[in-house]
Amino acid sequence: MEALYGSHWILTLLLAIPLVGAVACVAGGEGRARWTALLTTLLVLALSLPLFWTFRIGTAEFQNAVSLPWIERWGIRYAIGMDGISLLMILLTTVIMPISIAGSFSYIKTKERAFYASMLVLMTGMLGVFVALDLFLFYVFWEIMLIPMYLIIGIWGGKRRIYSAVKFFLFTAAGSLLMLVAIVVLVYLHQQQTGVSSFVYADLIQTSIAPGLQLLLFAAFGLAFAIKVPLFPFHTWLPDAHVEAPTAGSVILAGILLKMGVYGFLRFAMPLFPVAATSLPVIGTIVLLGLVGIIYAAWVAAVQPDAKKLIAYTSVAHLGFVMVGLFALNSQGVSGAILQMVNHGISTGALFLLVGMIYERRHTRLIADFGGLAKVMPFFAFALTVVALSSIGLPGTNGFVGEFLILVGAFQRYPLVAVLATTGVVFAAAYMLPMVQRIILNPLTQEENRELDDLNARERWILWPLLALILLIGVFPQPFLDRMSASVDGLIENVQTRRLPSQASRGPDLGANELRLAPTGERAIPEPDPDGGVGP
Amino acid sequence: MNEAFQPILPGLILGLPLLGAVLNGIGAFAWRDSKTIPSLVGPLTVLAAFAIGVANLLAMRAVMPHEPALVPLWTWMRSGELDISVMLMFDQLSLLMTLVVTGVGGIIHVYSVGYMRDDPGYSRYFAYLNLFIFFMLILVLSANYPLMFVGWEGVGLCSYLLIGFWYENREYSDAGKKAFIVNRIGDFGFLVAMFLLFSTFGTLDMPAIFREAPERLLADGALVTAITLFLFLGCVGKSAQIPLYVWLPDAMAGPTPVSALIHAATMVTAGVYLVARSGVLFALAPVSQAVVASVGAATALLAATIALQQFDIKKVLAYSTISQLGYMFVAVGIGAYTAGIFHLMTHAFFKALLFLGAGAVIHAVHDAWAATGAHGDPNDMRNHGGLRRLMPVTGTTMWIGTLAIAGVIPFAGFFSKDEIIWQAGVRGYAVLWALALVVALLTAGYMTRLMVMTFHGENRSGEGAGSHLHEVGAVMWMPLAILAALSVVGGWVQIPDALPLPHVDLLHSWLEPVFEPALLVAAGVAGQHGEASHTAPLGGGEALWAALSTTLAVIVILLVYRGLAARRYRPAAEAAEPTGFRAVLYHKWYVDELYDRLVVRPLLALWRGCWRIVDDRIIDGTVNGLAGVARLAGWTGSQLQSGRVATYLLVFMIGALIILGSLAF
Repeated sequence: MEALYGSHWILTLLLAIPLVGAVACVAGGEGRARWTALLTTLLVLALSLPLFWTFRIGTAEFQNAVSLPWIERWGIRYAIGMDGISLLMILLTTVIMPISIAGSFSYIKTKERAFYASMLVLMTGMLGVFVALDLFLFYVFWEIMLIPMYLIIGIWGGKRRIYSAVKFFLFTAAGSLLMLVAIVVLVYLHQQQTGVSSFVYADLIQTSIAPGLQLLLFAAFGLAFAIKVPLFPFHTWLPDAHVEAPTAGSVILAGILLKMGVYGFLRFAMPLFPVAATSLPVIGTIVLLGLVGIIYAAWVAAVQPDAKKLIAYTSVAHLGFVMVGLFALNSQGVSGAILQMVNHGISTGALFLLVGMIYERRHTRLIADFGGLAKVMPFFAFALTVVALSSIGLPGTNGFVGEFLILVGAFQRYPLVAVLATTGVVFAAAYMLPMVQRIILNPLTQEENRELDDLNARERWILWPLLALILLIGVFPQPFLDRMSASVDGLIENVQTRRLPSQASRGPDLGANELRLAPTGERAIPEPDPDGGVGP
Repeated sequence: MNEAFQPILPGLILGLPLLGAVLNGIGAFAWRDSKTIPSLVGPLTVLAAFAIGVANLLAMRAVMPHEPALVPLWTWMRSGELDISVMLMFDQLSLLMTLVVTGVGGIIHVYSVGYMRDDPGYSRYFAYLNLFIFFMLILVLSANYPLMFVGWEGVGLCSYLLIGFWYENREYSDAGKKAFIVNRIGDFGFLVAMFLLFSTFGTLDMPAIFREAPERLLADGALVTAITLFLFLGCVGKSAQIPLYVWLPDAMAGPTPVSALIHAATMVTAGVYLVARSGVLFALAPVSQAVVASVGAATALLAATIALQQFDIKKVLAYSTISQLGYMFVAVGIGAYTAGIFHLMTHAFFKALLFLGAGAVIHAVHDAWAATGAHGDPNDMRNHGGLRRLMPVTGTTMWIGTLAIAGVIPFAGFFSKDEIIWQAGVRGYAVLWALALVVALLTAGYMTRLMVMTFHGENRSGEGAGSHLHEVGAVMWMPLAILAALSVVGGWVQIPDALPLPHVDLLHSWLEPVFEPALLVAAGVAGQHGEASHTAPLGGGEALWAALSTTLAVIVILLVYRGLAARRYRPAAEAAEPTGFRAVLYHKWYVDELYDRLVVRPLLALWRGCWRIVDDRIIDGTVNGLAGVARLAGWTGSQLQSGRVATYLLVFMIGALIILGSLAF
């Protein structure tokens, strides 16, 4: 155990198992693919859960890290590792994946092998993004995850799936191509300065870049990530993608894929280009766009007739909160942003699952086609209520903790923005409660709804973990905050100290974000950091 | 006298109602048809919490601590400087509120056993009701603002669930939604106040804030004014004051015991509690205090005028509640915190009584109609009449409640309301004082009208209904009797020296340790105003005005009684619409219509515009335009290929992986 959880092998396994599972899906029979996929993701989940406890709290170092040569000519390495932020994103992914696989059993009826294989490849891509510490590796994973998602929407989606899939692909690909150019420029600069070619994050972060160029590079990275978040006005691909995607696609898209954008900002764009990231125009733009997203998306959500589209717009609003918190660049703001990423994954994922469940029964997503479902589907009504309340941030649920931290943090940085963002809690009630009412409350007028079955055992088991997490994080968020706090402080310190002009050029103190690796990449868990560490 | 007070079983006070909520919640799915388990679990968990509360009261009396006893449970969220614990605070005020909540709450739970006995959602009902008690206790017992906010929004959630309890009725569901959304406008204020408090104090713990406030905050400064006004915005929502009161009358859609518990006795008074609890902050902000008192007085007047012309018995009581809450805000606004809490307590007794009495009437009419097959609105007083003989216990107890709310000596409301009026007078708020007196007379008026229409004159419930109308069962009239007793003696905890009665000073001395800091601050801030006078704005001492106001109330009651008892009302179905000024009052000054035209519809139009124009036309239009250009450019290239994109992508991905893999070696 200790050898596994003390080394990079656990992360490497998490990356490899889904790929093996994908091959098994394709190789096995059509009817067996779903079980292969479910077992694979459950195995990954089981393997990943101990990380929550083996993770060493209080240090911002990358744990379970390794850096092995891959394409030595260009200094590309298999460098992976995880800090507190990656940890939570990894666990979010491993929790959401089996749930979305199990949630697809009755939805996906065609080309099952290909579907489940795509899902598993997607999983590797997502986990890879969260652990990659080499920009080339990161880019590979980034692209790997794009393609299965494109297929999932384009093949198993609804009527306008091709339009939505292409829109999704073009939006994201446009951004990521710019990012690739920026990565190449960054590597080139690093080579100019050191004479060594390297794609490794720990090397590139030391590159000194003139403020003007930083701004350009930040913009290139930032655009790719902003589309992914999505930040207003780059959000219009999202409602279309969600509406057409099968349930599992929506769950993953909202639950995990949207987090890639934010993660990209905090892992790469901000630490690599601290001067740009902390310059007033950049912060101002991003925070204002986030704020617009919070309010504007809530408004648009409130008048949507299509349940999935409504939820899609709420994602834009939620991620707006996340961006506002992230760029507050203080403990509460950044911690709240990261926690809210997890929260959003749980509650929005659950919302899409729930809408998917009634879609499978009625083959409509229009809110007006429902009403009074609480009478025939009491468990569904219960679950939808809890999840909706979490989504609008009712205290006692996870949503409140995230939003509250974000707003407290933001208020200290830019009070007016925070106050305006707080109006989002009013608008959230104004979009969510009418939807809940029109689906589960009101008279049951439509004949077709009279005979609907309540959720079956499989569907309930899919939802229970999410419902439990909603309350758990709402009441006991501290274990989650503890795990990220050192990394959050490290990020803030890193960005704040290195933005100062005197230190903009390769400052000696890289803050806590410096990558330290034991020579073999192996390290026993309980042992205190042999290097003395940078954490407290 | 200064030994530490140790709270007895603090966790259990909260834990029992929560346990009840969970058990009943499971019951709503698992044993849907059992009435026994919810009937026991529901009331008993609350009454047990009340018993523990009483034990705490006795223990606290023995010690009479000057500092609150803190019970830290666990760290809720800690990040940077922010450190919020789940921590309970026991002092004289929170304990008093606990007793009101669990005591009146327990009585209403018992009453509900009878009221809801035939409802298919019986277990679900008790789950919500227990959950409400749990959140209400969090609200009053929390030691920091964020935890209080948990209770604050939690009771709002239960209110939402219970207003829309009969969810198949669209109007009821709408009412629940309206309550939640309007309350969230207030909650926005509460949140912003917390952000301001945190950036000022670096903590959100109440004891620390109240301790440091006089040093950190400039008296009458912009900051403390902003903090308190944002806090008050929260109160305006939760306690239904102008301009956010519009949700409370609609909230009467819920089962009547819910109206009694949540929308009269407890939840809606949370705003008064918040202002009293934050007395130190408000004392530092005279402007905010003036706003609180003025909004309270204006609301008291407005709601009382509307109550004069309502026909729905619960609507009359709802507007009455809004009006009485206005009184409480006048009290806490002028710094008479104990008077505000006093009225909060007596109001909990007599208004719960009045609502439960109304519930008994509605229940009886409903049952009678079910027997005769008649249809109509059992809430409409035009369909009542003459019930005094058929429902003697309900009639008598409701008259006691009426005398109490009208401020007739020696009923509970007299003492608490008189103290508010008197305090406004001696502190020199002549306008508030006069308004409070006028509203007291209006109160006597609309309550007598309610009693006459319901219990006196001819019965208008329709052919044959009379023989089916009868008094409610013991499980429902016993609670009425207990609350009636409290509505008499509840005011005797504080009898002013000036009256020719035995002087009693239980409440002031009990709450003194809690409000002392606020009063000290207030004395410092208002130093230049000098001593309060001992006469009313028009001259005369406390005894004179008390005698005058009670006499006037009695006269109003007699006049209204004589005027209306002879009048022949028609049943609702045959009645003509009110006309003239009566129509204005009947339509509640058209405020709902105004909000609809000025706020709701323009917002919805704006939101649709955002979607259809900004998203669909502007943003997507731009994107599709760019795509068109790209398509044109790509047209030539595309001649070379003809396959499907999906295939290309797969090939591309596999190829890329192979190349990358081979490069590694």
